Amino acid sequence: MATTTTTVSGAGPVVGSRSFLSRLREGDEIARLITFLFAASVVLLTFLLVFELWRGSVLPRHTFGFSFFRTSIWDPVFDQFGALPFIYGTLVTSAVALLVAVPLGLGAAIFLAELAPLRLSDTLEFFIDLLAAVPSVIYGLLGIFIVVPLMRQVVQPLLKQYLGFLPLFKGPAFGLGFLTAGVVLAIMIIPYIISVSREILLSVPRDQREAALALGSTRWESTWKIVVPFARGGILGSIFLALARALGETMAVTMVIGNTPVISASLLSPGDSIASVIASQFKEATGELYTQSLIELGLVLFLLTLILNGLARLMIVITSQRGSGMGHV
Amino acid sequence: MHASVRPAVSVNLPPIGTNTAARESAAALTMRMTVSKVNFFYGSKQTLFDISMGIATNKVTALIGPSGCGKSTLLRTLNRMHETVRGARLEGEILLDGKNILSQDVTSLRRRVGMVFQRPNPFPKSIFENVAYGPRINGSKAPIAECVEKSLRRAALWDEVKDHLHKSAYELSGGQQQRLCIARALAVDPEVLLLDEPCSALDPISTAKIEELLVQLKDLCTIVTVTHNMQQAARVSDFTAFLLIGQLIEFSPTPQLFTTPGDPRTEAYITGRFG
Amino acid sequence: MSARLRWRKFVSAFMLSMTGVCAAVAVSALFLILSYLVYHGGTSVSWTFFTRLPAPVGEAGGGMSNAIVGSAKLLLLATLIGVPIGFFGAIYLAEFSGSTTAFVVRYAADLLNGVPSIVIGIFAYTLAVLPFKHFSTLAGGFALGVMMIPITLRSTEEFLRSVPNPLREGAMALGASKWKTIATVIVPSAYRGILTAVLLAFARVAGETAPLLFTALGNRFWSPGWNQPTASLPVAIYNYAISPYEDWHRQAWAGGLVLLGLILVINIVARGILARGISVSRT
Repeated sequence: MATTTTTVSGAGPVVGSRSFLSRLREGDEIARLITFLFAASVVLLTFLLVFELWRGSVLPRHTFGFSFFRTSIWDPVFDQFGALPFIYGTLVTSAVALLVAVPLGLGAAIFLAELAPLRLSDTLEFFIDLLAAVPSVIYGLLGIFIVVPLMRQVVQPLLKQYLGFLPLFKGPAFGLGFLTAGVVLAIMIIPYIISVSREILLSVPRDQREAALALGSTRWESTWKIVVPFARGGILGSIFLALARALGETMAVTMVIGNTPVISASLLSPGDSIASVIASQFKEATGELYTQSLIELGLVLFLLTLILNGLARLMIVITSQRGSGMGHV
Repeated sequence: MHASVRPAVSVNLPPIGTNTAARESAAALTMRMTVSKVNFFYGSKQTLFDISMGIATNKVTALIGPSGCGKSTLLRTLNRMHETVRGARLEGEILLDGKNILSQDVTSLRRRVGMVFQRPNPFPKSIFENVAYGPRINGSKAPIAECVEKSLRRAALWDEVKDHLHKSAYELSGGQQQRLCIARALAVDPEVLLLDEPCSALDPISTAKIEELLVQLKDLCTIVTVTHNMQQAARVSDFTAFLLIGQLIEFSPTPQLFTTPGDPRTEAYITGRFG
Repeated sequence: MSARLRWRKFVSAFMLSMTGVCAAVAVSALFLILSYLVYHGGTSVSWTFFTRLPAPVGEAGGGMSNAIVGSAKLLLLATLIGVPIGFFGAIYLAEFSGSTTAFVVRYAADLLNGVPSIVIGIFAYTLAVLPFKHFSTLAGGFALGVMMIPITLRSTEEFLRSVPNPLREGAMALGASKWKTIATVIVPSAYRGILTAVLLAFARVAGETAPLLFTALGNRFWSPGWNQPTASLPVAIYNYAISPYEDWHRQAWAGGLVLLGLILVINIVARGILARGISVSRT
């Protein structure tokens, strides 16, 4: 296969060059075609995924329509399926997760970006990245054997003792439930908040900080009132990313949430989430309506994470343009 | 190499017989700030050598010299901004109204010695909020809106922005942004205002406006400005310090330095033989 | 110093130290996880664990050998599916495609990347389980492979793009065709990054449980071939953890330690390759 020539004689391509060129082009054309097929398969797979989710949920969509999202009864025996408890559970656990993870994560990111010397910051970031690599089932393992007993024996009784008048903390302390799942989720999503926020904070132009300090701000004032607001869009983006991750988390949640389709104001109550119910009930689902209702739940989850991820990326892109002074807080 | 350094407290008076001389010798010049035997190190590298000079109250002092001579470094020591860089070390004394700034609280120092930077760096907030930032965090007793108006007037920006105070600062032109930064710095009533090549990123018209401003502002506070532009120094300042490779070569009243420089190196620089 | 200033300085010192506390808490989570795994599972990671099949329900002893082998088979399949598509797709994006096609492909890949793993499981179920009416290793491998694609694709594309143009032009000026340039110049110089990308994608899917729950399902015994359901390490950990048996809990810890150990080692090696520039020397 004579495809390379090193003839750099003054005359350039001569006789036989057309066949050489066309062979050349053919080789490249084949390469182009093959690689195109691989790339196209990615698009194809994505289409297929959406298509299958849509097609696979046709029955409950026609049977229940939008009331699927308003009903809270999930009864496989009587073929009654309502998504509300799972949507509720997903939202509540995600909210708890964010409430815990955002202050912790943002605080850590501020420390890594503003205070820590670069070496320390990079080392700690390395550990945070490793934390992000821990699989869900391991969090679930620790959740069941460490967090749940801790919650049942220590944390939840304390909460009931001091804050038990709130509807948030009523009911028996099982250890399993919304609160525990939320806390475990929080640890899982913190690395995302930290690494994205840290990068965004590091990219805030130096002279913003200097301007604040030169006006007689304390370190904290310059960080909190100037640098963080400057990076606000990107930080918000990191929160959306973390939320998208939290919504889709399956194993850790299903191992500690209690797997009961219940809507309760109390965080101590067991419940269920969309991802969790699919994981725990899909293989035992008998009958088309049952299985397809679970698939419809999967479709909902897919759409939610799609929107959130899109918003997240938008926010991060907007903030990184801000550095050149194109935006306004 | 011996730098011909002027003693910290007295000032080289121009020869008697000129108007400025008469005026200057009549007024007893006080030093708002005094730099005394300052040596500056960045890690193990020394970048300022034994600098001593005085900053006269309510006058404009210009620091000139070729790139890398240390003039910005020196400027930044005056409000301890060098401390934001790891590995920076200062030896010597810097006095503000007789008290060493290095042993004072840095936050209150920076309120008294303000700074305007080379490139305009307004916060991503409205014009109003930019100027209001300083008074707000310092808890000024006067109403904020008054403070803001007063500062914007002093920076010769009020008329241009008074109807647009809540627009983003980024919508202003470069020259306006820099005047906004001056207003922002003035809003905390500093005693000294440091300007690090404030016009280098601006067009000639904006530059002229700011130069005019600096001359007016000296009644309000003491001005120290670093500039690359010798003509600007000659136009605007009362005293000029020439630095070369971290040393103070000459420090005199501006007319004198530019017409009859004492040191051959100063002369070489101002006549453009290097730069 | 005025009282107000004193207060402001106090707030500054306090809040800044709190951020340090936050960072410490976040980082310590990693070490806590490792410590618990070592403490509870360390002693159970034994020869038995690696070589024995699960004992009958309720009996002590037994190991996770079938799960480990199962995971290996699944990951092999996943790599065979995910890496070629990701790699060659990336070559297309970086070297051949126009900007609209590139945008579409990238968007699809990012979309796929953001899909929750349980939904990927549903997808694999509808494509690879339903038509054949049984669970299989193939279906599980497919699910994991689909997850590997976007990670491999986007990272490889980035590394290919980062090869400086002069390198490409130099090769082509010598008369090398485009594909030859890619094969002999561009890919080898991006080798390090591509390897890292593949390793990280591998580590990511190695720990995935959800997509396997109703594709590869699980198996108490060996699973010869590719058409039967198979045990896998993450699923075994899950099943044992939620079971009521003490002995199975012990094995779940051991499995967790082995799984996390594997994943962390791959991550550290991958990042090390990228950071220190250890590249496979090529002539």
